[in-house]
Amino acid sequence: MSILVNEKSKVIVQGITGREGMVRTQLMKDYGTQVVAGVTPGKGGGEVHDVPVYDTVEEAWEKAGPIDASVIFVPASLVRNAALEAMDAGVKLLVIVPDRVPIYDVLEISRIAQDKGACFVGPNTLGLVSPGKAVLGMIGGRAERAKEWFSAGDIGVSSRSGGMTSAISYYLTEAGFGQSTIVHVGGDAVVGLSHPEVMELFEQDDETQIVVMFGEIGTTQEERVADLIQKKKFTKPLIAFIGGKAAKSGTRFSHAGAIVEGSRGSYESKVERLTKVGVHLADSVSDIPKIAKKLKGAKGG
Amino acid sequence: MARLFEYQSKKILKNMGIRVPEGGLAFTPEEARQIAFKIGKPVVLKIQVWLTGRAGKGGIRFAESAGEADAVAREMFGMKVGNFVVDKILVEEKLRIKTECFVGLVIDDAKKTPLLIFSSVGGTGIEEIAREHPDKVFQIPIDVLTGLRDYEVRNLLRRAGLSGKILVQLSAVLAKLYRVARRYDARSAEINPLVITESDLVYAADCHIAVDDYAVYRHPELDIEVAREFDRPPTRLEKIAYQVEENDHRGTFYFLQMTEDIPPEKKYIGFHGAGGGGSMMSMDAVLDKGFKLANYCDTSGNPSASKVYRAAKIILSQPNINGYFASGSGVASQEQYHSARGMVKAFHEENLEIPAVIRLGGNFEEKAIEILGTYLKDIQATVEGYGRDDTPESCAKRLEELIEKSKSVHEVKPVVFPDVPEDRYFFETLTGRIFIDHQKCPDCKTKGCVEACSPGILKIEEGKSVLEVSLVEAKKGKCTECLACEIYCKFHEQDAIFIHLPIPGLKDYRKRLIKS
Repeated sequence: MSILVNEKSKVIVQGITGREGMVRTQLMKDYGTQVVAGVTPGKGGGEVHDVPVYDTVEEAWEKAGPIDASVIFVPASLVRNAALEAMDAGVKLLVIVPDRVPIYDVLEISRIAQDKGACFVGPNTLGLVSPGKAVLGMIGGRAERAKEWFSAGDIGVSSRSGGMTSAISYYLTEAGFGQSTIVHVGGDAVVGLSHPEVMELFEQDDETQIVVMFGEIGTTQEERVADLIQKKKFTKPLIAFIGGKAAKSGTRFSHAGAIVEGSRGSYESKVERLTKVGVHLADSVSDIPKIAKKLKGAKGG
Repeated sequence: MARLFEYQSKKILKNMGIRVPEGGLAFTPEEARQIAFKIGKPVVLKIQVWLTGRAGKGGIRFAESAGEADAVAREMFGMKVGNFVVDKILVEEKLRIKTECFVGLVIDDAKKTPLLIFSSVGGTGIEEIAREHPDKVFQIPIDVLTGLRDYEVRNLLRRAGLSGKILVQLSAVLAKLYRVARRYDARSAEINPLVITESDLVYAADCHIAVDDYAVYRHPELDIEVAREFDRPPTRLEKIAYQVEENDHRGTFYFLQMTEDIPPEKKYIGFHGAGGGGSMMSMDAVLDKGFKLANYCDTSGNPSASKVYRAAKIILSQPNINGYFASGSGVASQEQYHSARGMVKAFHEENLEIPAVIRLGGNFEEKAIEILGTYLKDIQATVEGYGRDDTPESCAKRLEELIEKSKSVHEVKPVVFPDVPEDRYFFETLTGRIFIDHQKCPDCKTKGCVEACSPGILKIEEGKSVLEVSLVEAKKGKCTECLACEIYCKFHEQDAIFIHLPIPGLKDYRKRLIKS
């Protein structure tokens, strides 16, 4: 098992003929993802890496559907339309890779997703991977790398930083711990699936035994994960690593999410809340496999 | 978030039909006098800076007459408050206040909606008020598809204890504030205090709007110079860096100066991160070693080599740094040799003298580290490349050792453009120009530039290296500015290729810096 995506998922790529769309379609296909169609208005009839291209998502659905997920690579200013088009056609999972998507566009996508019973990862995400099954997005960069860095297993990974998503998973693999699904939730202040929502999915997944979360200063995601644990809605062992210890309040770094608003969202607030509910806090990325090992040992596995 | 000044925010409110005090913006005491004279009533003078709690810092003062306004303004101009030097003062009629309320709009990341917050008690210290009297604070989440309906606002205000004509007046203001936020893509918009005067009129006495960085392009009328959140005006170097980002959308380049005034005391380093999370982790690692950051910089999202080059040049425009630390997550999806080549070119041009630790873990890190090792071994400084199996902590420790050993201090050098004869062969790229000295080509045995060129747009014609695609195609991006041809030719052949990647404003910036 895994969450959100597996080897059976049928996937389309919106913006498949663009620079990133083309390269990452290759990555997904080589990794084993079932990429059944691409969409670029005006480029219908063509092919990219043997994937047929259609003018609209509706057409892609008719010819290659039903479709489980759409990976979006269009320019930021066109993301809202692309996302609405996919949801209108019936796609229930979107992976929105581009960054710099205006926040009100994200709010609109989120509102419509609610109506349609859909969900989305991103924006500003590398995507996700269920090791050995499928990649959605561009995580790993190339298929050979994704195969080398990520291995199948029972640790779920959820991270707000793209690089850290890969880093954590790689260090777990090196230490002999495989992953069930690895999700980069995206670096922006408002994202579709945030940490708490991903935790709820991991809670439901029988295969996932332990979860690792990389959090950052800004937003309330990590505090809300603490709430979930308190309410017993998330009960699996959780290892958390929070970045931005040294960041001054009010200074914003590259991730739009990293804004400190009052005490909520600060490094101290997150660490305190998580510690209180029994989360295992890692001080550095190299601590993560060590803690995982201890947890595994305790479980006799 | 790109913050607007109070006077800009109020202009927007006024255009939307929200009542603001009569007044104007003064750049000199004389202008302050004229505005006060025109108002003909007691006035308030407010410095225009992005800081809260201005009153406590002497940034809000009153004057009974035009003459007094002039005198007070004289004292206020040039005042240093936080990181600002006061250069603009808003002069407004002084309101006769009966009550102060608060209204703010923020984006709720949990509910994924805009959230309107109203408090019947407002003014300074609103955060404490909200903490101590949560019963006075009311909120409504807003549906972005349907917007904020008037009756929703009236219900909110009734719950807050208001009634009658004031309720109606206030509800109009609240509804309009949401429209302002939506129209201008505001991440936050607040009026505090929202004043009810003795004559029962509602005024926005102060207002702050912060626009979503990612939507600034929709609002050219706002004249936002640098769409980043600053608690001070951007520095000249930050403006130069921002222009680089504006001119090249391949990947992300973010540059922030922590200080413009670096003492030569072996503590400051130039910081070059990659990716938000990895950068933060790396920054935590160097700060733990007792270093101070001269700047924070992030090049990520698969940036071109030319962009990384420019970032390095900008980082090395800071005098007195003692080391250069580049580090990301350690397992980057992007091809890391682009970053390596960008640094090779920059470090050579700068004739780097301070030690550099470059942690380039990720896709093709072996190749990236090899590039650094091969091409930087002969420069004055020690440059070491590391990969995904080296932790940020161990790299920070290594930098500490190297700095201890080298004891050198970075000196900023003038930007020089090599002499290129007018008839030299060249073609334009997306952000620069590639010159090839064809007189040297006959001595070249390998013609390796053709093979080095990753997009494969060079060919040999009559023994000379020339463009294989059209000039237009090269300029439109067929040439990816990977810098491989220049590096190959410089180190393995005739040093016949020169890639000019201008950074507007940097030459002047350094000239001034060196002079002073």
